[in-house]
Amino acid sequence: MNMYNLREYTGLEEIAGQLFVIRNIHNVGYNEVVEISEENGNVRIGTTLEVGEGYAIVQVLGGTSGLSLKNCRVRFKGEPLLFGASQDMLGRIFDGLGNPLDGLPKPVPEEMMNVNGMAMNPAARDYPENIIETGISTIDVMNTLVRGQKLPFFSGSGLPHDLIAAQIVRQARVEGEGFCIVFAGMGVKYDTARFFIRNFEESGALDNVVLFLSLADSPSLTRLMTPKFALTAAEFLAFRKNMQVLVILTDMSNYCEALRELSTMRGEIPARKGYPGYLYSDLAGIYERAGKIKDSKGSITQIPMLTMPNDDITHPVPDLTGYITEGQIVVDRELHARGIYPPISVLPSLSRLMKDNIGKGKTRDDHSELASQLFASYAKTRDIRAIASIIGEEELSSLDLVYLKFGENFENKFVNQSYNERRTLQQSLEIGWDVVSELPEEELVRISKDHIKQRYRKKNGDKNTSDENKSA
Amino acid sequence: MAEVAGSVIRVNGPVVQIRCNRNLKMLDMVEIGAERLIGEIVRLKENIAYIQVYEDTTSLKAGDPVYSDDLPLSLELGPGLIGNIFDGIQRPLEMIRQQEGDFISRGVHINALNREKRMHFIPLKKQGESVQPGDVIGEVPETSLIKHKILVPSYAPAGNLISIISEGDYTVEEVIAEIEGIDGTIFPLKMYQRWPVRKQRPYKQRIPVSEVLITGQRVIDTLFPVAKGGCVAVPGGFGTGKTVVQHQLAKWSDADVVVFVGCGERGNEMTDVLRNFTRLIDPRTGKLLLERTVFIANTSNMPVAAREASIYTGMTIAEYYRDMGYNVALMADSTSRWAEALRELAGRMEEIPLEEGFPSYLPARLAEFYERSGSVITLNDRTGSITIIASVSPPGGDFSEPVTSHTKRFIRCFWALDRDLAYSRHYPAISWIESYSEYVEELKSWWDKYTDGQWLEYRYTILDLLQQEQRLQQVVKLIGMDVLPNTQKLILETCSLFKNAFLQQSAFDDVDTFCSAQKQFLMFKAILIFHRVSNELVKIGVDISEIRESSVYQEIMRMKTQYPENQIDKLKQFVDSIEENLRGLEKK
Repeated sequence: MNMYNLREYTGLEEIAGQLFVIRNIHNVGYNEVVEISEENGNVRIGTTLEVGEGYAIVQVLGGTSGLSLKNCRVRFKGEPLLFGASQDMLGRIFDGLGNPLDGLPKPVPEEMMNVNGMAMNPAARDYPENIIETGISTIDVMNTLVRGQKLPFFSGSGLPHDLIAAQIVRQARVEGEGFCIVFAGMGVKYDTARFFIRNFEESGALDNVVLFLSLADSPSLTRLMTPKFALTAAEFLAFRKNMQVLVILTDMSNYCEALRELSTMRGEIPARKGYPGYLYSDLAGIYERAGKIKDSKGSITQIPMLTMPNDDITHPVPDLTGYITEGQIVVDRELHARGIYPPISVLPSLSRLMKDNIGKGKTRDDHSELASQLFASYAKTRDIRAIASIIGEEELSSLDLVYLKFGENFENKFVNQSYNERRTLQQSLEIGWDVVSELPEEELVRISKDHIKQRYRKKNGDKNTSDENKSA
Repeated sequence: MAEVAGSVIRVNGPVVQIRCNRNLKMLDMVEIGAERLIGEIVRLKENIAYIQVYEDTTSLKAGDPVYSDDLPLSLELGPGLIGNIFDGIQRPLEMIRQQEGDFISRGVHINALNREKRMHFIPLKKQGESVQPGDVIGEVPETSLIKHKILVPSYAPAGNLISIISEGDYTVEEVIAEIEGIDGTIFPLKMYQRWPVRKQRPYKQRIPVSEVLITGQRVIDTLFPVAKGGCVAVPGGFGTGKTVVQHQLAKWSDADVVVFVGCGERGNEMTDVLRNFTRLIDPRTGKLLLERTVFIANTSNMPVAAREASIYTGMTIAEYYRDMGYNVALMADSTSRWAEALRELAGRMEEIPLEEGFPSYLPARLAEFYERSGSVITLNDRTGSITIIASVSPPGGDFSEPVTSHTKRFIRCFWALDRDLAYSRHYPAISWIESYSEYVEELKSWWDKYTDGQWLEYRYTILDLLQQEQRLQQVVKLIGMDVLPNTQKLILETCSLFKNAFLQQSAFDDVDTFCSAQKQFLMFKAILIFHRVSNELVKIGVDISEIRESSVYQEIMRMKTQYPENQIDKLKQFVDSIEENLRGLEKK
């Protein structure tokens, strides 16, 4: 830090929302930290949003309430926003700006890291391999999560996405040492935060969790910084300490709202639905911090959660997220209403990294064919249901009725499982075969003859084949 | 080194305003501040210049010096491009990694082409011969596939070669030949030339397209083919498989050189491409795919201004290889990210926005880009071509948005990706209703050489059936399948077979990932024979379920994986036996 830069100014020209303008200043850099101290000793943090000759526009991270044009001193620190990361972060709870919330002192920093992060060199990236077994059939078999992936949950208000996230955190099995969780809550309700903390406590995971919480009532700018601090902590743990880090970001919709609020306040030209044109780049700056690096053992896997306004998947937030992340898990209101848990709608869900990480030598040789068949058959079931709802089931052909039966079994036996049930991948695959065997052999065009011979459950109660498979 | 040209007066994200102390030109390159961040002049107003900066501008201050040597931002074109991966302004990412570590830091200045590496130069001209701009004076075996022609730059004078170096290993900086111009000036030639990133490279004339770019993807080659020198857009919402289509084409299309531009997309995707290309073998040449590919990677989290430039970087490199007489395929994934980068920069410069916030010059920029594709006679009288395969990412999958709708005006082939197909894992999810290709008539004679002259007829037959099927499906939705006459039921059955057995193609199946033109045509024929014969059978009262359960039907369903490329003869035998086998049902 250059002491020369540590100069203080008093007097602001204008305060608007969470921004202020200050004039007659020198030597102030773009995107650097600003400390604003009030007469009562209260210190807020801000960053410069725009700098020009003799002026700067500053965003105040703690909100501007109580600030006046005269009563504060402004100090430009000449460095970007830093976070003191250390191994001791594990088991701690921080606010959105990296200050402890649990009453304990700040951990002694091992390294001061720029919270904005740097772009990972594409040539240094390592392709994500090794699946994370979540114990949930719809994810493990049909939308496999891979270490180093970013796989968001697209949900709606009132749907149990928090419950599913908590179940994943509890059940996730990752090979190798040092599994930990970084949790960033942006604009979450107090109850939600409480729910996660209690869950971590109950499963004994809290010692391996770093929490960053900015609750719903905290200033919107704090919300914007929360994921940056959380991901900085994650990068430290993954790439300095070689840990397998699972980052849960909830709720990204709140983050985007905050970004829109700030952008509007700055008078920027909006693109879609009032969101700024750079929403894509901004989100990419967060999501792209997931991944693996060659020659490094650690990894960052991200599960961002977002609530789709009006369950609209084409809304800019889920839309742009889907363009950046490697797939999505869609939580469905209809399944939820029918009491199916987890209400994951498999058809619009997708895991892009699944294709390279399943199959022979990785999971099981029939995995990809079975998954593909389940998708295709379930999609067909959906079409038949649509027809049945118009012309009535009586008019359907016998084959169509078999499909309806398959659809029901698929939802009740395969998708449906209890909150505490941890299915191994083998178990999930077997349930998949049980369900798909409902259909006649000729309908299974996505599965090779060999696999059908090996695993298809014959109708006449030929138990032997299926038992053999389980032992195999 | 560059001289001081002014100082910073305002910093707003990637756009910086400077006050100039001398006359600066549009699109000249500048370096800003102590770290010498690279930028480009994009607007001049009195003595103020607006600069778009290709790196993160954190910590830039008002008053920071700005340097310029009054030259446009340029690329280095020479041997060593192939197999390499560059960022949006052609900085070599692997070298940056070795020098700077796993994360990209700022102010890195590394030459695009390795200055130490020696390359084997074989002269093709002799001392004293006269040369023109664009002439080939020698070649370098860049990889085992690509003979890199060393071209006389178009900015060099025409004249006599007064010296040329003998065959041997040289670095790119060494002077390999000298031209004496008519006015007596001496022009030294090196193995590389510099070329402004946004400037189109000259050629003699455009020629009409006539050859199919074989992609090995059935739905594309058979139904919606693209010509070498054509341009095609691949629009689709997220999750519909744009990137997989791009990757498949980069892998299997029969272009000589592929330039792959990852523009504002995922980092892991670039890793995936790199990883695959370093181990996959090109089925036609038996060599690694890497040996014909140049990568440009500007992932979504890298600076937005460089994303805007990456498309031009890729295009200029593609033109350079075209000028050597190669057929080049330029894959741009995705042009929407490029358009969004334009929008973001326009917003920062406070330009008046039009629809969805895009600047008014969006259509002009798109047109400029797509018009750089084409088949040409080069300055040295070879033919070369650039095929553009550009993916478009419409927000919400809505094809009426500005980028998709403007793109449609400038392309002649359109592969629309459909979300419903993708949801049921029908890949490639190219919609047969919305897609089109205007190259069909031009490519007929090419296809006829490979088939029995019936390709066009077959194509229209199946497209007609698919149209009918769509109408019938609507009827079925209202009143059910049972009321349809058997011949119409058969149309549904044939289309279902065609979709499953033909259109669907697995990119991850070793046999199915590439399908040669011959195999495609045989498979196509099989399904049409099936339809013709079944139609006759149905008319005389054979039940459709009987046909569906027949072994022939099952066999057709699996022919894509059953017959690898080296067993085309067997496939042919099978196709010839379909009619007889089906007629067997008649007797029952």
